[in-house]
Amino acid sequence: MTDREKILGRIREALAVPAPHPGHATTTSTRPAAEARRWLPLVGETFDEQIALFRANAADLRADFQLLASRDELAPRLRQLAQAEGWQRVASHGGELAQLGCDALNLPVLLADQSYDPLALEACDVGITGCDALIAQTGSVLVTSRSAGGRAASVLPPHHVVIARREQLLPDLPAAFDLVKRKYQPDYPSFISLITGPSRTGDIERILVLGAHGPKKLTVFCF
Amino acid sequence: MNSPATQFTDQANRVSRDLRHRRLIQTALGKYEIVRDQRKAAFQDWSAARQAAAETKYDAINHLDKYLEEFVSKIEARGTKVHWAGNAAAARDIITGILRQRNARSVIKSKTMTAEEIHLTEALEAAGVKVVESDLGEFIVQLRREAPYHLVFPAMHLTRGEISDLFTRELHSAATDSPEELTMIARRELRKQYLAADAGITGANFAIAETGMIAITENEGNARLTAAMPKLMISLVGIEKILPRLEDLALFLPMLATTGAGQTLTGYNSLYGGPRQPGESDGPEEFHVVLLDDRRTELLADAEQRDALHCIRCGACLNVCPIFRNVGGHTYGTTYSGPIGSVITPHLRGLQDWKHLSAASSLCGACTEACPVKIDLHHHLLQNRRNAATQKPRRLERLGWKIFAAIVNHPWLYALARLLVFVTQPLHALFAGSRLDFVRGWTQSRDLPPVARQSFKNWWRYRS
Repeated sequence: MTDREKILGRIREALAVPAPHPGHATTTSTRPAAEARRWLPLVGETFDEQIALFRANAADLRADFQLLASRDELAPRLRQLAQAEGWQRVASHGGELAQLGCDALNLPVLLADQSYDPLALEACDVGITGCDALIAQTGSVLVTSRSAGGRAASVLPPHHVVIARREQLLPDLPAAFDLVKRKYQPDYPSFISLITGPSRTGDIERILVLGAHGPKKLTVFCF
Repeated sequence: MNSPATQFTDQANRVSRDLRHRRLIQTALGKYEIVRDQRKAAFQDWSAARQAAAETKYDAINHLDKYLEEFVSKIEARGTKVHWAGNAAAARDIITGILRQRNARSVIKSKTMTAEEIHLTEALEAAGVKVVESDLGEFIVQLRREAPYHLVFPAMHLTRGEISDLFTRELHSAATDSPEELTMIARRELRKQYLAADAGITGANFAIAETGMIAITENEGNARLTAAMPKLMISLVGIEKILPRLEDLALFLPMLATTGAGQTLTGYNSLYGGPRQPGESDGPEEFHVVLLDDRRTELLADAEQRDALHCIRCGACLNVCPIFRNVGGHTYGTTYSGPIGSVITPHLRGLQDWKHLSAASSLCGACTEACPVKIDLHHHLLQNRRNAATQKPRRLERLGWKIFAAIVNHPWLYALARLLVFVTQPLHALFAGSRLDFVRGWTQSRDLPPVARQSFKNWWRYRS
């Protein structure tokens, strides 16, 4: 008998005796989490309410959220950032929005969605990526290995810049997982992540420090 | 070697008098309570969310065979190699075997309590593999050659001064009292390791059956780097981590963040469904998932306490526990401390050796109240006590109760006993609490009330 069969056998034997239902209930519903929207923190109905919530969450997380009036505003804002932080090298990937960001800067670009040298990526000052969605409820950015140039471009450089369109704003977490399923099922990317603010730690006396291992800064441009 | 019970009592005595320790823990947990309550209040209906989370985990655990098979077939379909480990030794052998086969000499590890449970680092080091912890708190306790203090906050018992001294000694960095600078010292140190390590080892917070993915929750980005840079990735996953559906995360991630650290959502919640796929540019070439039983099926077989497998390791029950807050995490001498540790350790490591943890409880029920998946923790502590006593009755205690029963059932015996105690109590007072005292366990920290001059019966009969 293989270990797999042994363990599954022990599980089946154990489950022959039923357990009491949680919360002293007499029955248990089968898809309880599907209704999560009714219990999770409230999100407004309109775009304006949702963008305001995203902005408030981002501020709370110490992420920089910039809502642009049009796509033309992106280039000057990015150049401003690049100058202020003295960017020398940029990591990015193929894809319309990331490309738009790179085109605004006259800097060498490492494309992380093709095979690359990890040391070269580590030397980049910023990772400019697209995303799958922005989530108002939590101020999160949803990325995958397909939408953000692999696993590392959005975590290795010290600054992560996300470029998104207004249509990409989703109200809440149930909508985010619904999107992942609709967009990718059954051929899921090997990496899917909800990024909520810059990298952080409270491991020393519970005092918040940004940039523990991942990016110290997260900037989200949305037009 | 002292028994675990003696060690627990000795250390509890020492730590609960340590004012510095008390101050640190009260400050940290005081801050936690404030933010946790803010986040809970943001939910439209926290209690309904708890019930739903409990029911989802109930579904997962009570159909564990079905969901595990679904998880395995889905994740294998994307090229992941799944291994089944019946016990800790098997898991250690599997992991050292994989590393040896790929000739991997160095490992970067992200935080995993399950690896602590099976003492993986010691086994890897014995096999000649260099292991570096990447989570900041774990990195600190690893440098101190110490176990993590808390499920979620491993270095909660240390001040910045102590951490600075540690870094100066071990990493030769300049002394500083800024948490930010200390974090940056660790960041610089660990950066090199991500790129140089031959393999990355992670745990998992959840395993999604429907889509065949593991979910890792973290704030620092160390797990993301561990899963992105090395060529080989190994994830150690307890079989109880299963969640049925992808959308279950919409509930579990914010609840874990709320009760774990008082956050709306933890910094990075990442799903890994396989090694680097065709067309992808990075990530490991090989991805191994090791599913660990290690007596979880024994806990599963105890229907009364099966819900202890619902645990999502948020640490909320530790944070509210008056025992944990007084004796601290290391006193337990276990991987899982606090109420959940007291409940499951007897199942994982033997009831008779670890039953004392179930007695170290005020039965206030704060843990049950705090648990996001409604584990009936304080009742399980009582059940452990009952099971321990049934399994191995204490003769002296039994005899004591027999004598007591005889006395209270015979009025003349009761009157005699009362008289006897009444006469001898003043003598006992002379050595009460000293080493000669046979009821020292009680008297060394408590008063023994004097026997009343008049019995209640007598008083009742002659009341005016």
